[in-house]
Amino acid sequence: MSLLQLNGVKVHFPVKKGILFDRTVGHVYAVDGVSLSVEPGQTYGLVGESGCGKTTLGRAVLRLVDITDGEVVFDGTDLAKLPDEEMRRFRRRLQMVFQDPLGSLNPRQNIESILSEGMEAHGIGADQEERRERIRKILARVGLPAGALSRYPHEFSGGQRQRIGIARALVLEPDVIICDEPVSALDVSIQAQVINLLEELQQEMGLTYVVIAHDLAVVRHISDVVGVMYLGSLVEEAPSDMLYAEPRHPYTRALMSAVPVPDPEVEDNRERILLTGDLPSPANPPAGCRFHTRCPWKQDTLCTTDRPELRDLGGGHRVACHWAEEIADGRISPTHNAAQVVPAGHEEHGGHAGHAGPAEAGAVKTEKAATAAE
Amino acid sequence: MALLSVDELTVTFTQRGRRDVKAVSGVSFDVDQGQVVGLVGESGCGKSVTSLALMGLLPSRGVRTGGRADFDGTDLLTLSPKGMRDLRGSQLAMIFQDPLSSLNPVVPIGVQVTEILARHRGMKGEAARREAASLLDRVGIPDPTRRLKEYPHQLSGGMRQRALIAMAVACAPRLLIADEPTTALDVTIQAQILELLRELVDEEGTALLMITHDLGVVAGLCDQVNVLYAGKVVESAERRELFDAPTHPYANGLLGSIPRLDAPRGEPLRPVRGSINDTIAWEDGCAFAPRCDHYTLECLKGTPALEEPRKPGHQVRCVNPVLSDGAAGLRESALPGPDEVPGTEADGEGGPAVDEPVEKTEPAEKDAAVGTAGTAEKEAGA
Repeated sequence: MSLLQLNGVKVHFPVKKGILFDRTVGHVYAVDGVSLSVEPGQTYGLVGESGCGKTTLGRAVLRLVDITDGEVVFDGTDLAKLPDEEMRRFRRRLQMVFQDPLGSLNPRQNIESILSEGMEAHGIGADQEERRERIRKILARVGLPAGALSRYPHEFSGGQRQRIGIARALVLEPDVIICDEPVSALDVSIQAQVINLLEELQQEMGLTYVVIAHDLAVVRHISDVVGVMYLGSLVEEAPSDMLYAEPRHPYTRALMSAVPVPDPEVEDNRERILLTGDLPSPANPPAGCRFHTRCPWKQDTLCTTDRPELRDLGGGHRVACHWAEEIADGRISPTHNAAQVVPAGHEEHGGHAGHAGPAEAGAVKTEKAATAAE
Repeated sequence: MALLSVDELTVTFTQRGRRDVKAVSGVSFDVDQGQVVGLVGESGCGKSVTSLALMGLLPSRGVRTGGRADFDGTDLLTLSPKGMRDLRGSQLAMIFQDPLSSLNPVVPIGVQVTEILARHRGMKGEAARREAASLLDRVGIPDPTRRLKEYPHQLSGGMRQRALIAMAVACAPRLLIADEPTTALDVTIQAQILELLRELVDEEGTALLMITHDLGVVAGLCDQVNVLYAGKVVESAERRELFDAPTHPYANGLLGSIPRLDAPRGEPLRPVRGSINDTIAWEDGCAFAPRCDHYTLECLKGTPALEEPRKPGHQVRCVNPVLSDGAAGLRESALPGPDEVPGTEADGEGGPAVDEPVEKTEPAEKDAAVGTAGTAEKEAGA
């Protein structure tokens, strides 16, 4: 059975206006119906660009934001409907590591105080001595000196601070750790140290991770299953290697072709799908498939009217595209209407152009015959 | 002669009562017309300070610069502020990392673009506006005439970066310096911006100095790559050569640290240990030595020189370079004799191999990082 299961989770933030009386004038559909399941001992990677709702989804699992609709079933209990006090007790088993290691540590607390606070709240350890002993062990495991106990966050480097964040999650012996952009604030050499540490800890302690990141290469490296999010919903989900070998959703393919690979050989020879325009505003998402405004493979039927559901293609590969099979077979070819990066005057205003900028109609520049790739 | 020739550039920040901070301690490189040169390194390696020094944007107080930076025969470092103002914007241009804070938030985009046209090309009124619109169009901003009236906050991140690029190329500069131009952007937008920069170089023959921490971006864009560490170039090579045969332990470690999209899953990363804080002054030896897995006492005998252990044109600043392409013969000839380091028989495996680290903290990672060369060396020593 899955350890963590999300069924149709929605998080909508109201947009308010008015001076005296707050009127709700609309909603930002940050997460709009996400269903996924995380198996024990596995790493589930959530990837997407800024504004796709991946962070909100992570916070929703811990109920750090209010869930508008849907279920978050953790070990048989629906967290979404739990009273606050019971939820608080559940948080021992669901911990989070945040993106900004300095911003998530209280600058006035020393490391011992930061790490023992959670243990005290959850009644772990009989006295401070016992807790300190445990903290020492965890600190040694994440690669920090025991002398760190009496020091303050500003005395550490970025990588060390992230290790403190990980230790803070670990002292409570959680089942699931949600890592929100755990390495994006770190330099590459430090990034690799933290990624390796997370992987070692998982093997030793049998942890389950949900890793949220914008960097597809990082996510693919550490995840067993990867879910790709676009504008509040999952567009594709597959085992990590399968996703790389056979990306089925046009967005995943574009995302993958945009990730730079540190190898000139690969860089010079690969297919490039350049999406035009920006992400539409999640306050006013396009009708039908949310990706149709930028999709190179957009069709005249279905795409603009019907919102595709995640369909199982076999082998744990789920994709939310009406035309996934046709695109894979090469029966639909991308529209080659972009000789330049963005053709002049090629702006198509639907009702969806929010403040995030215009969303032009999908135009693609493929340097190789894109569909021949499969 | 190269368009820009930087020779032993040094930048030192001074503050009364504090120790001087040498941000850049002797950086040399050339940029030719139509060439893309990369400066790669992690935070604190001096890559941004180098670019600011070239553009004359460093504060005049508390900063000491040295060396030369010849741009078409003029030394940029000693140029008067007036002379610099004439060059900047017309001959030299820069694109910054954060497009929102580099644009004036209370001035419409159009005014900011026409300002440059008025200053350097003497264009005014309708002609300047038309030219500004065509520039925005050139960098792929849809509906440019409407955009000219908008303010920076009304544009998305990618659009703002395009607007900045439009301003940078307004006077067809001969050298464009891009300081982390895509770091603040999402990958799909990053791909658009990189494509645009590539077009500019191909079509206009602009020289581009690309400053970035992302080796992936470098792999796709740059012709020549300089890897910086603690204010010095530690490795410099043509793009393919650098990625095929990273020879400095730092460059090698950087490449091993990056999770690759196309690598099979489950392969552990080979990070560089320690952090940038574990650095010694270049005068005392190799600044990278405290983090290096190939570190010997030889590394502490003054600044290592830039040498060419592999190929002409592939420069490496290292006493014990990693020659990890399996060419054991090449490696032997490049290494000093195996009798200089006492007490390195830590794991009792083979003789006193030179590349055994004196301080061996993470043996697993070290073995991985040395790779085939380490094995070859041990066999050679045994």
